[in-house]
Amino acid sequence: MTAMGDVRRQRIDELAARAGQVPEGEGGVSLVRSAFRRLRRNPVAILGAVIVVVFLFVAAFAPWLAPRDPLAQTLLSEVRPGFIPGAQEGFPLGADQLGRDLLSRLIYGSRQSLLIGVVSTVLGAVVGMALGVLAGAFGGWVDTVVMRFIDIILSIPSLLMAISISVLLGQNQYALMIAIAVTQVPVFARLLRGSMLAQRGSDYVLAARALGVKRGRIVFGHVLPNSLSPVIVQGTLSLATAIIEAAALSFLGLGDPDIARPEWGAMLSTAQDFLSVRPELAVWPALCIIVVALGFTLLGESLREALDPKFRR
Amino acid sequence: MSIEALPPEGALRTDVPVLEVEDLSVTFARRGEQPTRAVDGVSFSVAAGETVGLVGESGCGKSVTSLAVMGLLPRRGVQVGGSVRLGGTELLGAPDRTLRRLRGAEMAMVFQDPLSSLNPTVPIGTQVTEVLVEHRDMGKKEAATEAAELLDRVGIPDPTRRLKEYPHQLSGGMRQRALIAMALACSPRLLIADEPTTALDVTIQAQILELLRELVVDSGTALVMITHDLGVVAGLCDRVHVMYAGKVIETADRHDLFARPRQPYTGGLLASVPRLDAGRGIPLTPIRGSARDAIPWAEGCAFAPRCDNAQDDCLTEVAGSTVPLEYDGPGRELRCRHPLTHPSSTAGATSSGSTASGAGR
Repeated sequence: MTAMGDVRRQRIDELAARAGQVPEGEGGVSLVRSAFRRLRRNPVAILGAVIVVVFLFVAAFAPWLAPRDPLAQTLLSEVRPGFIPGAQEGFPLGADQLGRDLLSRLIYGSRQSLLIGVVSTVLGAVVGMALGVLAGAFGGWVDTVVMRFIDIILSIPSLLMAISISVLLGQNQYALMIAIAVTQVPVFARLLRGSMLAQRGSDYVLAARALGVKRGRIVFGHVLPNSLSPVIVQGTLSLATAIIEAAALSFLGLGDPDIARPEWGAMLSTAQDFLSVRPELAVWPALCIIVVALGFTLLGESLREALDPKFRR
Repeated sequence: MSIEALPPEGALRTDVPVLEVEDLSVTFARRGEQPTRAVDGVSFSVAAGETVGLVGESGCGKSVTSLAVMGLLPRRGVQVGGSVRLGGTELLGAPDRTLRRLRGAEMAMVFQDPLSSLNPTVPIGTQVTEVLVEHRDMGKKEAATEAAELLDRVGIPDPTRRLKEYPHQLSGGMRQRALIAMALACSPRLLIADEPTTALDVTIQAQILELLRELVVDSGTALVMITHDLGVVAGLCDRVHVMYAGKVIETADRHDLFARPRQPYTGGLLASVPRLDAGRGIPLTPIRGSARDAIPWAEGCAFAPRCDNAQDDCLTEVAGSTVPLEYDGPGRELRCRHPLTHPSSTAGATSSGSTASGAGR
């Protein structure tokens, strides 16, 4: 019986010793990492991520993925008034009104759409966040000035604003990016300012002040990191809007005039003349726009859930 | 005297009490609103190694007093009057830079809710080292070693691992220990603890109080304990100031206060502490009414509407003057015209003895 007791005691000691040890690298679970873990378990997030990754992949490797040159008018001889060649051997989606391979044009089009979307969102986010930090960190009259400026931008309808800017800056893709970026600025600025103001009144900021931490360190070390999650979420959602807006501006004829770069919005625009002949010409680019926007939106929404403290644990 | 010109070390005098608060008043005045006087003529002082308690109900001005001492009240819409001296140096009206340098280094504060007082997105270690880097000019590595030592000193096991963890991974008691470690990182001369045990359960409360007591005794830190818990007062404080509606209404040594409460409010507080030996079915004896029933001090004793001893001359219009804070025997001060009397000292001692132990848990 005593032997039995000894064994048990030994076993307990063993377990206790093991409980005391912590596997390497598990000391602290950062919020980003735990958010990522939650994201991985969410099927909606997976779907959004898959869509986004597929399109990014396609855009990155367009020259290798596209079956043909998007500009070569291979099937021009078959195009007649009232007839545009459909799917056939070597042309899975058929050709457009100028005899160019539709699939290749869609694949190359993803480059332009994603590029404009990403660049303009990043630009808008950076400028917007800078303004937001300025307003949120200083408060007082700085806050008032910045926010009235933002209100002015916000009071102009975003499409009207984008059209005016691209008209002002001339017709090129950079003008398009800047135009879309400007319409994104107010959202980021307001969002960051609002969440920074909310954090500034929190107990840990008071506690940090009570310990004599410098103001710059409180703003950038404490307030900003806690205010970023809504901005990150807004970033992914803004990507979707930026892509749609880029397509809309191209559709209105304000896009990149360089025909060497196919773009979904521009494709949609030219396809409207041939809707009765071959509606697929409009359907495919439209579908691409919708699916990419959906991908970013799904990812953004699940990111919001993953970063929301209410869903934590 | 320019505070800036003084060397950072030894800038504060040691021949005066660590903290002297004189006639402190805080008025909140927002535009278009009636100004509210949250603290009114509060005076007290704390010597090195001494623990002073500020006791009172919610809203009596104890937390505002502590924030005013630390200079943490917002500038706009708040008027602070009187004098607050830390080691002889006047803090009210001192420039922000001076205050920031003193906060954390010479005076520190521990707050009520340990979870919300820690930044949820930053590891504990970063938050502890921050103070060391800020005030003690330490390098990152040196600060990390020192931080581990600090956590060890406040009784957090496996400190090196804990430093990498986030606040939500620590238990409530450990969080409060971490906060105390941060507050004591630079061995401040003054520590203000604003209800440090309210958010913790009772067993942890006792540990935290014990820890605070040890630290105060070891380092000679002056401790201001803000609490509504008479058990905390009984266990920790040397002197007690009871506050009501922004004013100090009774001051006494701990033993005196528990043995012979003079202000009916203090008496009510002591009587309302639940007692384990009271037996079942015996109702608690609360103070009737609530803190909102106070009348302005200018019109009379703020506690009069809830007081059993109140008489006509508690009102200013009858007595012709407001109720003053007066000498009430050695080491005692009292703001009351009809204090509780304790007929025989022996009877008072026995009854109060049980009260004190009941309150002291």
